[in-house]
Amino acid sequence: MNSELLIWAALCLPLLIAIGIAVTGAFSNVREGVTLVGATVLFGVVIALAMKVAGGEVPELYVGQAAPGLDFAFKLEPLGALFALVASGLWIVNSFYSIGYMRGNRERNQTRFYICFAIAIFGAMGVAMSANLFTLFVFYEVLTLSTYPLVAHKGDAAAKRGGRIYLLTLLGTSIGLFLMAVMWTWALAGQNLDFVQGGLLAGRNLDPAVASALLILFAFGIGKAALMPFHFWLPNAMVAPTPVSALLHAVAVVKAGVFTVMKVSIYIFGEDLLNATPGREFVLWVACFTIIVASLVAMTKDNLKARLAYSTIAQLSYITLGAMLATQAGFMGGALQIAAHAVGKMTLFMCAGAIYVATGLTNISDMKGLGRKMPIVFIAFFIATLSIIGIPPMAGAWAKYELMQGAIDRGTGFVPYVLIGSSLLNIAYLLPIPILALMPTPGTPEPKPFKRPDGAPFFTVAAPVVTAGLCVVLFFLVGPLADFLSPAFEAPSSPAFAGGQP
Amino acid sequence: MIDLLLDTAPRWALLHAPALLIMVPLFLAPLLAILPSGRLSWLISIAATVFSLFCALILVGQVQASPVGVVGYDVGNWPMPIGITLRVDALNSMILLLVAAIGVLSTIFSWPTVKAEIPERKHPLFYSAFLVCFAGLSGVAITGDAFNLFVFLEISSISTYVLVALGAGRDRRALPAAFNYLIMGTLGASFYIIGVGFLYSATGTLNIAQIAEMLPSLAGNRSVEAGFAFIIVGLGLKAAVWPLHQWLPNAYAYSPSFVTMFLSATATKVALYALIRFLFTVFRPEFAFEQATFTYLLMPLGLAAMITCSFQAVFQTDVRRTLAYSSVAQVGYMILGVSIGTVAGVSAGLFHLLNHAMIKGALFMAVAGVVLTFQGTTIRDFAGLGRTAPWTMTGFAIAGLSLIGVPLTAGFQSKLQLGYALFDQGMWWGVVFVVFSSFLAVIYMGRILEAIFFRPPINPRKSRKEAPILLLVPLWILALANIYFGITTELPLGLARDAAAAAFGLEAF
Repeated sequence: MNSELLIWAALCLPLLIAIGIAVTGAFSNVREGVTLVGATVLFGVVIALAMKVAGGEVPELYVGQAAPGLDFAFKLEPLGALFALVASGLWIVNSFYSIGYMRGNRERNQTRFYICFAIAIFGAMGVAMSANLFTLFVFYEVLTLSTYPLVAHKGDAAAKRGGRIYLLTLLGTSIGLFLMAVMWTWALAGQNLDFVQGGLLAGRNLDPAVASALLILFAFGIGKAALMPFHFWLPNAMVAPTPVSALLHAVAVVKAGVFTVMKVSIYIFGEDLLNATPGREFVLWVACFTIIVASLVAMTKDNLKARLAYSTIAQLSYITLGAMLATQAGFMGGALQIAAHAVGKMTLFMCAGAIYVATGLTNISDMKGLGRKMPIVFIAFFIATLSIIGIPPMAGAWAKYELMQGAIDRGTGFVPYVLIGSSLLNIAYLLPIPILALMPTPGTPEPKPFKRPDGAPFFTVAAPVVTAGLCVVLFFLVGPLADFLSPAFEAPSSPAFAGGQP
Repeated sequence: MIDLLLDTAPRWALLHAPALLIMVPLFLAPLLAILPSGRLSWLISIAATVFSLFCALILVGQVQASPVGVVGYDVGNWPMPIGITLRVDALNSMILLLVAAIGVLSTIFSWPTVKAEIPERKHPLFYSAFLVCFAGLSGVAITGDAFNLFVFLEISSISTYVLVALGAGRDRRALPAAFNYLIMGTLGASFYIIGVGFLYSATGTLNIAQIAEMLPSLAGNRSVEAGFAFIIVGLGLKAAVWPLHQWLPNAYAYSPSFVTMFLSATATKVALYALIRFLFTVFRPEFAFEQATFTYLLMPLGLAAMITCSFQAVFQTDVRRTLAYSSVAQVGYMILGVSIGTVAGVSAGLFHLLNHAMIKGALFMAVAGVVLTFQGTTIRDFAGLGRTAPWTMTGFAIAGLSLIGVPLTAGFQSKLQLGYALFDQGMWWGVVFVVFSSFLAVIYMGRILEAIFFRPPINPRKSRKEAPILLLVPLWILALANIYFGITTELPLGLARDAAAAAFGLEAF
């Protein structure tokens, strides 16, 4: 099939699914069927596109012009293909999980929920495939707006407050800083916003002060990347139903943010200009600060989802950090972290949701000994925890390894310590949860009986098991993955990946 | 499409389009006044505005086809210094098209609201006043004579005072609002005519093109500079340039729904057109005193409007007042674009002028629907309407998002263009103001949208349904236009760019 048609399909399918869901809303089984079949077809389309990318082709699609110099155009490069694969692939898993969770919890307005979900995936696909900053910005905002009803889904006071903070922070940063950066880029690059291999702004003799200001505008304007101090929307968005937290706040939304950061670093600035920009150092410091502080805050949270949210903030900054190292290995580490963190954090969120559906528990301190009643869930949780910490043989190990490599290449002495410190903090705040649940200290009272008599619905247990499995699989598949990604960074893959084995 | 129109239109229409555009509504107006039936006068008004739209389309086509980009018309076949000339170029053909198109949509939509808000025996008079106002606004846009511009400005203003005062049937506060507007409007017109007097004393002509030709040789002439100052203030008052906007919020909040909608989309726009005409075609940006006006007067005023009036909008409890303050703020955007003083800046300002007409038109139409079915305009009255009147409120929401400047809406495109024009001149701090003002728009529109979609209805009468179909159709045409022109801006941006180029080109005028 030709690649233009495939890009059309990848964009239109989520919208068609949204329409299908709206039409069949009254029949919940048909509606869920539409979602699942549609998601599977979409994944197939994205795989077909990724195969083309792997074959060295660059699928492109020019849709039209919004105004002179502002095109709706799409172009898939390896990094975007990875993001699209992660988002569409995990959407299938998440759809199964959503069905179990939403029915198990008897949530209202399920049709609206699934429609907004499909539109959010549409936004993520657009972000992944955009060929210029203008297209990317438009889809970035589609993603923000379509996820707002999901965050405020419950409709009570807390949900509305969380939703409002979510919307205002993301819209505020994107219109206030990101859009400004886009317009400034447009002026600096001579009315052009295309993503160019090697950097759109490279070789334009930018004043280092201007480049720094622009980089800082981008770094903070992309609020979805949750760099401190614009991170607070994420914990607030945890009022959303757990599938939303899982897919959107572990995969689509936050990953769209860090993906945009990487795109801007690689294709707008480019490695060389980034190195020549003093502001890079500042953003790097902020990322390190975010990693450590968010991890410390996570330790103080007893609510499981809140702890995971702060952990997400810390883990996202790994990717920003990787981009700001501005070395091949740094970019590679950031890209691997996108995939590794997606599967790991999604597993954790889905486990949290399964626990909530079965028992109604949200606090970590109440979960001691719960592993005896829900062993599968907590084993999946344990595997994902190891991946987040970065212990082989889990996917997270490679990302951390590459980031370390990048930091050493760059010669920034403190970054490896930040990464090691972060791993230690991860151990401190994540590992006790599954361990205390599976192996409680003597004298821990038996967990109370399930709130829901049959325990967690099948799908809410099966889905995290699948993603936990992916954490392991990705570790062994890293060789092909690195080969796939390396053209994006314009250099042969590092020798460490030659065999895909350590 | 326009080519087809030029081919098929009868010869008399092609020859006399500039004159017919204003004469038909102007001469139908007294006829309406003596008609017995309101419905008949409504239908005739629709016919008149549709005819004007037809003429405006012909003019747009003729201007595009013309080698010099100008269509001239000597009224009564009296040539230039003696007679009045009508002159249409890309700049005012765009404004004429806007006024006529909004005129058609608003007249169609008007009937249900007029029936509900105006006493029945006044319906023919109401439509008569409307047609006079419509003809006056078109006249301001089309005329090539500075004094004639004053006449049309007064025609439109005086009829507007009447139209605003007719809101007294619903809310007595319309009377002081109309009186306030009368005083301010008359002051503005007087300032303008004093300014024209100064120019006449210096140049000896009232024809805009001739004044423009003679001014370069009169550089440094005090009476020209004084005339310039009077004209800027006078037209600034009409265009509601901050801080001369005090008449606007009350006039918009208390006049009949239809009048609010029509005026918000056209009246200030036409005055702004006249201002641009004088700033760029008559006086040239090369004049040193004009550069100073841009840098030290218009730009600060535009920025001040964007910020202060957006803040005022945030604290209003009445939806119509919120939107009225927002209008002043949006005029600030246009003034900001114009005051950059480059073709890109003027085209961004004009582009926003077009988009804002679509945005505010749709918003006020939806508000009119709520006034009609629920008799309330406070934010509390809007609570929960998303469920009881989903079509009306979705239209409102689309236009509201466009006002904020969300991507894929027209409002986003105009902010992009404005931002580019500012960055082009290195005025990044101007973008900071635009962005901050947009953020305030998120807050004041967000308050309303949240009430509509997330709060439960308070008023038990809210079981009543949608606005009537006559109202919904024009509303949705405008709402969809907001999305369509948010995706592809070829038509409005093309018009705005040509218009900006025309404003700068003395030869073309």
